[in-house]
Amino acid sequence: MNKKLLFIPLIVFLGLVVAFMVQLQRNAQGDDPTTLESALIGKPVPKFKLESLDIPGKIYDQAALHDGKPILLNVWATWCPTCYAEHQFLNKLSAQGIRVVGMNYKDERNKAIKWLNDLGNPYALSLYDNNGMLGLDLGVYGAPETFLIDGDGIVRYRHAGDLNDRIWEDEIKPLWIKYQGSGS
Amino acid sequence: MFKRISFILFGLVVTFFAHAAIDTYNFKSVEEEQQFRELTGQLRCPKCQNNSIADSNAPIATDMREKVYELMEQGQSRQDIINYMVARYGNFVTYEPPVTPATIFLWLVPVLCVVIGAGAIVMLSRRRKVSASWAEPETLSEQEKARLQQLLNDKTDAKGRKTS
Repeated sequence: MNKKLLFIPLIVFLGLVVAFMVQLQRNAQGDDPTTLESALIGKPVPKFKLESLDIPGKIYDQAALHDGKPILLNVWATWCPTCYAEHQFLNKLSAQGIRVVGMNYKDERNKAIKWLNDLGNPYALSLYDNNGMLGLDLGVYGAPETFLIDGDGIVRYRHAGDLNDRIWEDEIKPLWIKYQGSGS
Repeated sequence: MFKRISFILFGLVVTFFAHAAIDTYNFKSVEEEQQFRELTGQLRCPKCQNNSIADSNAPIATDMREKVYELMEQGQSRQDIINYMVARYGNFVTYEPPVTPATIFLWLVPVLCVVIGAGAIVMLSRRRKVSASWAEPETLSEQEKARLQQLLNDKTDAKGRKTS
């Protein structure tokens, strides 16, 4: 038998070692392999009818997210510690004039309202997704998640995890500027 | 004794609640229940990614079970329900992703492994046969023949005792 063939397993093993090292390195730099691609990118926001969080009885539908200009849709809940961590950054964004729509996800209304009163309300309007069914339609699998929706109501980007300066500057702001121009 | 009884009771309570998550649904027939179990076993939880939604306690898995039940009640087929979830969570959500350029690798690797492995086995066994037929039957020298005969004559039983 050809002796050289015996080296194949070693070569395969070394190949795997290199592949794993590269991915570990990427993970260390913030690439999270458990993050899923949104299946909604390039598609319109799903149809919905949801009550307002702070004005019970007032119903919003998908037109509320169709603004002619890009908006951020932020999915949050009081039971989510990461949402607490990102809240100050959302306040900062909305102070800069970025239109952020909040979607309170599987939460208790009074707790959510208290949260906004205590920590500041960065949201231009607040949807209340009590049973998580719009969340399901949006492919939300945790909170917080933030969607960039362009002026035509098309989902352009989804970020799972907290928003912060780095994510905003590197990933969302360029898209925000890009879609600022387009849209009807 | 009391300790043991309370421990058993505790176990019963725990298992009761563990099952409660699934058993709250009312099914019209055994087939329907079977289909529900199958479907929830085939859909992957997007949050805790090594669980099916049947196994997972994540809130999103609960919602998805709820939705599967709801869609089944509406009379949607197995494939419709899988498509519904894929439209929202992508191909990741099913344990049987469709063949696309991105997933072709997943489908081909096992096949390739089997083919290459089988090929290797066939090749090795052929080579062995060839080398075996090439080898001249070893002839023993006179001295060796005598020694062999002696060994054969010198029978021993299984326990190593001499019998002759």
